[in-house]
Order: sequence, then C-alpha cells, then structure tokens
Amino acid sequence: MSVAKPLPHDAARLHVTGQARYVDDIPTAAGALHLAFGCSKVAHGTLQSLDLAAVRAAPGVVDVLTAADLPFANDVSPSAHDEPLLATDSVHYVGQPLFCVIATSHLAARRAAGLGTAKIEPLPPIFDVETALAQNSRFEDGPRIYERGQANTALETAPIRLSGQMEIGGQEHFYLESQAALAVPGEDGDVLVHSSTQHPTEIQHKVAEALGVPMHAVRVETRRMGGGFGGKESQGNALAVACAIAAMRTGRPCKMRYDRDDDMVITGKRHDFRITYDVGFDATGVITALDVRHDTRCGWAQDLSLPVADRAMLHADNAYFIPNMRVESHRLKTNMQSATAFRGFGGPQGMLGMERIVDHVAGHLGLDPMAVRERNFYATGAAAPPQSTHYGQEVDDFILPGLIAQLKDSADYDARRAQVDAWNAEHDVLKKGIALTPVKFGISFTLTHLNQAGALVHVYQDGSIHLNHGGTEMGQGLFQKVAQVAADRFGVPMAAVKITATDTAKVPNTSATAASSGSDLNGMAVRIACDKIRNRMAAHLAELHQCNVAQIRFEDGYVITPAQSYTFAEAANLTYVGRVGLSATGFYKTPDIRWDRIKGEGRPFFYFAYGAAISEVVIDTLTGENRILRTDILHDAGASLNPALDKGQVEGGFVQGAGWLTMEELVWDDAGRLRTHAPSTYKIPAASDAPDIFNVALWDGENRADTIYKSKAVGEPPFMLGMSAFFALSHAVSACGPDYPDLQAPATPEEVLASIARAKGV
Amino acid sequence: MSNKMHIKMNVNGEEQEFLAEPRELLIHTLRERLDITGPHIGCETSHCGACTVTIDGKSVKSCTMFVAQANGKDVTTIEGLGGPDDLHVLQSAFKEHHGLQCGFCTPGMITRASKLLEENPNPTEEEVRFGMAGNICRCTGYQNIVKSILAAASELQAAKEAAE
Ligand code: FES
Ligand code: FES
Repeated sequence: MSVAKPLPHDAARLHVTGQARYVDDIPTAAGALHLAFGCSKVAHGTLQSLDLAAVRAAPGVVDVLTAADLPFANDVSPSAHDEPLLATDSVHYVGQPLFCVIATSHLAARRAAGLGTAKIEPLPPIFDVETALAQNSRFEDGPRIYERGQANTALETAPIRLSGQMEIGGQEHFYLESQAALAVPGEDGDVLVHSSTQHPTEIQHKVAEALGVPMHAVRVETRRMGGGFGGKESQGNALAVACAIAAMRTGRPCKMRYDRDDDMVITGKRHDFRITYDVGFDATGVITALDVRHDTRCGWAQDLSLPVADRAMLHADNAYFIPNMRVESHRLKTNMQSATAFRGFGGPQGMLGMERIVDHVAGHLGLDPMAVRERNFYATGAAAPPQSTHYGQEVDDFILPGLIAQLKDSADYDARRAQVDAWNAEHDVLKKGIALTPVKFGISFTLTHLNQAGALVHVYQDGSIHLNHGGTEMGQGLFQKVAQVAADRFGVPMAAVKITATDTAKVPNTSATAASSGSDLNGMAVRIACDKIRNRMAAHLAELHQCNVAQIRFEDGYVITPAQSYTFAEAANLTYVGRVGLSATGFYKTPDIRWDRIKGEGRPFFYFAYGAAISEVVIDTLTGENRILRTDILHDAGASLNPALDKGQVEGGFVQGAGWLTMEELVWDDAGRLRTHAPSTYKIPAASDAPDIFNVALWDGENRADTIYKSKAVGEPPFMLGMSAFFALSHAVSACGPDYPDLQAPATPEEVLASIARAKGV
Repeated sequence: MSNKMHIKMNVNGEEQEFLAEPRELLIHTLRERLDITGPHIGCETSHCGACTVTIDGKSVKSCTMFVAQANGKDVTTIEGLGGPDDLHVLQSAFKEHHGLQCGFCTPGMITRASKLLEENPNPTEEEVRFGMAGNICRCTGYQNIVKSILAAASELQAAKEAAE
C-alpha cells in the first residue's frame, strides 16, 4: 500500500538541492526577450495619450506594445470580459498595465517601463464602501440575499438583541515565487507557454483568444509553482498572454516575471469585508435569529468576486444552526486592484463574521464563548435528524462535538482557561487570552460544472508508468498524493511512477486547482485511468492462464496469477506483446451536487471538512504587541492519503490564517496607491512569529462521502483555524475592561491598543 | 554599457572570471550569467532570504550585494552544499522531515541553516526560530523547517562525537 504513507514531497530531493525548476529557471535559447508593464499612476481617469518615445529609445528595448498593437482579444478576465490586458481609453486603478516593454533583459525592460508617461484626465475615484454604495458602484444589479426562516420577525421577538460591525482586512498572497510566464513560438503559429498558474486551461484559452487561434494551437505546461494560494488562479493570465503576443510578434522566446513590487501593486488580493449584524438570542446564548450583511470591495474588475462573495455567504453560519437567518451580500466595484481568489475563497471572511457574532453574544452575556458555540452547533448523532444550513444543505456529517471534546481534552482547555483568568487577575501590563474556534468548510466548486477532472496514464512495456492529470502542484503535495494512488492501484513501488508536468496537450479542459479539490478530483480520475489499464492487463493474463480475472492480484511489484507470478514489468511486456493497449484516460465528476446561486438553494457541497484550534496569546497592554504562546489543532482530513503532507497543510494554513488576522495589513492612501507594496512594509509571519508551542494532529476518521480512499480535502480548511488566535486576542483584551472590545481585523498592535481603550470605555 | 569590471570569484569550488557591470546584483550574476538557479529571487530587496548564499563563511542575501563586492571571494550556493545523489545532512533532514512545500524558500533556508549550525552547533528551538527569522516561508508555517534543522543539528553533533 502506498496510500496513507507519510512520504516526502515528490520533488523534495530536487528542492533541497536547488535543482527543481520554476518558470524563471527554465533555460531559454539565446535571444530570449523579457517583458515589463508600464502602469497607471492614477486610480481613475480617461487615458488620453501615452508618450513612449523615451521608452522606445532606452537601451535594450526591442518593441513596445499598447492596446492598439494587440491583434485580437484585449482581455485577460477569467469571467466577465472586463479586464483588458492593456488599458484602452480608461484607467481604473493605480497599477493597471498601460503598455508592455519588450527588451533584451528583465532589468532593461523594467528600467524602460519607468520612462513612459501617460496623459490621464482624472475622474473621481471610488475607494470606500460608503462611496461605492452611494454611487451604486457594484457588480450584479443588486445584493444577493440568501434567507431561511423569517430573520426580521424573529429578531423582533428575540429575548435579547445585539448589533455590531466588523471590518476584516484583505491579504496579499505573497507566494514566494512571483507571477511568471515564458512563451516559446513554434511552427505554423503554434505557441508553448510555461506558466506559473493554478489554471493551465484558462491560460490556454486566454492566449488562444489573444492570438486569434484555436485552443489546439496553444500548449500550456506547468510543472510547479512557488506557492499559489489562489493568487495564481487568474492573475497569471496577463503575463502569459503578453508573453505569447510578444513571442508571436518577435519570433523569439519571451519571458516575464513580476518584480515583487510590481506583483503587489498589479495583482489582486483577498477581498476585504465589512460585516454588519443584528442578532437575537436568549439568556443562555442560543441564537434564534440573525440578519447579517456583507459589503466587500471587489476592486475594478469582476474576476472571481461573485463566487468569492457567494462562498462567504455560504459560510456565514460556520458551524451553527440558526433557525432564522438572512445574509445580504453587496459586491462593490472600487478603483483598486481586482480582488481575487485566496485560500478559503470568501469562506474565511463569512466564517469570521459568524465567530465574531458568537464572541459578541458571549461577551454580552458574560459567558465563555465556547459555551455559546456548543449551544448553537448543528445537531449530531443518530437520534437527531440532520439540520439544514440556511441554503438548504443537510449537515449530515457533523463531527465537531466529538472532535472538539478530544481537542479540549488533549490541550487541557478548561483548566487553561481558568488559569488564564487567574493569571490576568494578577497581572496588569501583560494580559493573556485563550480561545477555541471551530471550522466547517464546504468542499466542491460552487460553480457545479467545474467539479470534473481528467487523467492520462501510460504503462510502458518495461513496466514504468507515466502519470498525468489536470491538477497543478503549488507545494501542497498533490502530485505525490495522486502518485500514491497510482502506485497503489498497480501495486508497484513509488519509483515506478513518473510524475509529469501539467500539460494541456495531455489532459484537456481542466478546472483550476482550487477549492481544495485537487486530490479529490484528480485522485479519482487517476484511479479510474489506472483501473482501466489494470483490468486490461488482468484480462489478458487471465486469458493466457485460463483463470478468472478476479484471481489476479497486483501486489508488491508483482502481478500474481494462480499459476505464476510475474514482475509488473514482465506483465506489462506480456500485455504489450499480446497487443493490448496500455494507455488510458480517466474522467471523474463529483456526484450529488446541485446549486442555484441566485435563489441560494441546493446542495453545493459534496461534504464538509472540519477542524478546531485552541490558541493562547499574550498581549502587552502598553504597546499592543502580542504573540501566540501555544496552539493546539485537531483537523479532519478524513482517511488521509498522506498524513505528513496533510499535517504540513494544516500547519502552514494556520500560520497563514493567523498572519492574516494579526499582522498582515494592506494600506492604500487617499490617491488609491497601495502603500504596503513590498515586504518592508507588508509583514508576513516569520519563524519567530509562529506559536511557541504548536501541537497538530489529524482526526482519526474516514470521510462519509465516497471520496478517493475516503480522504478529505485539506488545502483551504486549516487556514480558518487561524481565527483561534484572533479570538484569543479578543479574550485578552476583554480582560482589560468591562466593555466588549470590538476587535477589528487585522489585530495589529495599533488595533489591539484601540480595542483596549474600547474595553475600558475610554 | 561602459565601465565593465574584471571579476574573479570562486563559486562552489569553481573559478569564474568574467566582465560585468560592477553594480550588477550578485543574484543576477549567479542566475543569469552562471546559470546557477538554486538561489531564488523572492523580493530583490533583502527581505525574504530566498537568495541566501554563503560568502567567505557568512550568510549573505545575494540580492543585496553587487558583484563587485563579491570580487575575489568564495561563494557557496545550495548547489555547492550537496547534489541529488550526495545530500548534505541538512538537505536530507529537510527532505525527511517535510521542511518544504513549494520549495521556493528551501535553497535559501538550507544555505542559511548551514551557517546557523556553524555559528551555533547545538541550538535550542528558540535559537533556530530567531536565527532563521530573516528567511521567510509562506507555505509551511515553519514547524517542519525548525524540526528539520534541529534534527540535522543532532545528527551533526552525533557524528562529531563519534569522530572524537
Ligand atoms: S531575493 Fe534576496 S532577500 Fe529576497
Ligand atoms: S515552502 Fe513555499 S515558501 Fe517555503
């Protein structure tokens, strides 16, 4: 069995020796050219003219492209065709690409790009939620509303009623490898594009449109990314399209990688949200009614904002059954980077809003928030019929109560909460806080047709196996997990399986590797392809030996018939000589899902993934500085395909989530310029910021849904475990005064200080 | 452009000689001129550590150094530490203890860690965390990176004791 083993990452040996190739490491033929964008310095306006004489005259410059030079589609949007590669007559944010320099080196291109000037007649920009609402600047014609029960009447009759608001900041992906693409022109108008992308098919599609050729003329290959996190789902389109156009124009390989500054200024980030709520509950903390409103700034183009905002609505309940619940979501168009996919895809913002409501209710009643959580959980156990979410999906796999009991026990939660309170009573300057937060995250793309995947498997006559599928590798370990599936189906050692780069010429029409779906979808497609070949091999050997197919086993590198056992290589060769095909495709689509996103009704998710975390923090009440002292996590990965890689996802997800809520802050100035556009001003967690004590375990249990080897998706859900750090801070601040601290995210030292003042009522 | 300078340096045990603009960044020299692509570019502003190399026994972020400053020096990159078939103790520790995900930070991490363990052969977990704070990783949450370094440290210690 190769599944369920904690094998290292498939390319670990190459990574530790610096031999693993990223796009920027691919050797190019002499004469390769490099690209850089010249960008708008104005947030909103009419583009009147570009003066590019100095750019063209700069050393190393071969050509400069503007919108007028683009031969076909000028569009890199993944959704609404509202995102030109190069601006035409209007500009919509500071950082929008206006022209593209093609030069002999990366530095020459960047230097020259700085020499262009644009005449832009400014128009009033829209930055904040109020202005966007006042001017009805939004995507879709109005808000989306999902409702179950009668939230507003139930609020009227609720024993206690509370309202509040929370601002949730965005987040820069900060994948360590910035966006990159390389296009190599081929014969007869063909082009090969290497792209650091989570979505090779979309790159292929956009490049084909831009070149005015069918998709078959464009091949996209992605071996790996140096991190993605959703930031490479659509944001790589511009680079790949620009490189392809430049390569066709010049006949030379063309490469583009964003400088870190450019990457931060040009590309989209996590959506920020304002959550406004009106909640009704009783004196024990049971919530009976909730009306919650989401206002999210989507930036200038639609990109993936609609499904992101939908997913936020779908997670506005987190783990709680609220009989009367209404969610209203406004997707606002603003003159900023176009916010995009980021691990959790809106889910974290929706969930954080709900956890904040629970925290506020508990604060109001003077209860441990954990008690309020437990009183509102979805029903569980055979006795209780499954309850439905506010969008009508039955929660029939709710394992959180058992999972949380185990976590509380292993982390000694109750005793430690009492100790924290006692410690706080004796300390004035430093205050501690502890919180347990749960996660329930829906798995599947909410756009139902994306829940499909393909694979291509070849067995060669020497018994070696070539494995390909539509998923991309960004560090999450997908390639290894899927290879473990293939090795298991054939009963061969891992070394027999060759993992190959994602390639649109091998598996077509793939979905983005996103929504945590990589292993679920591609693992199944690979299993189906492998089983086709295995069955053919077995049928051939059964015929040779006049035995029953069911008697043939594939184990430990052997194919065993009742009469004789062959090495896998011998069996492959025999099958080949018997003129039986040893190549197969596999195709899988997720069963049992349906979703009407306008009505907000259906069963959008195949299943839910669960987890819970306990974090303990300490704050300095004089400076607002804080750190995480200890975190304990129990996370549900089903029957894990590879527990080591899955634990890695949990640890990394938690730290990234805690970073989002405690230290990562995006700041734009009044002119719409992103001021935090470099790692000097935008801080992500360093090794010294991770928890001092960090215990992570996987929940021991199978997925009840019929997934690949009963495993569960694990890419996104652990990100939301970072909420425990935020609510531990809220607890610590609560110890400073009688009032609810009303902590906003991110809880930077400044924000912690401000919330201490609120808690003290000053 | 004018003013090229004659540069000589030893990279991973090999003498290299070439003409370069003195203000060329060492990371560009390594990656573009010498095709040594193990050190990566994560920020080019000295904040991420992906480009870390060792120069005359010290950890240096090669995006903060001009090639002229490296003239006459010994430069070791991840490639000089060990290859796929002869992994350095730290390299196998990162592999076995899952000290990487996307791998982009890994060459810089390991190169930095190799110096950290020379500076402090027997570090505590906290010393590792602070000693590595100049190298950022967006994927792992650092837990397995710290584990890998501590495992390598005890292995190196054990080997040293055995040799004594
Ligand atoms: S590239 Fe040198 S420190 Fe980031
Ligand atoms: S493994 Fe991806 S940045 Fe460290």
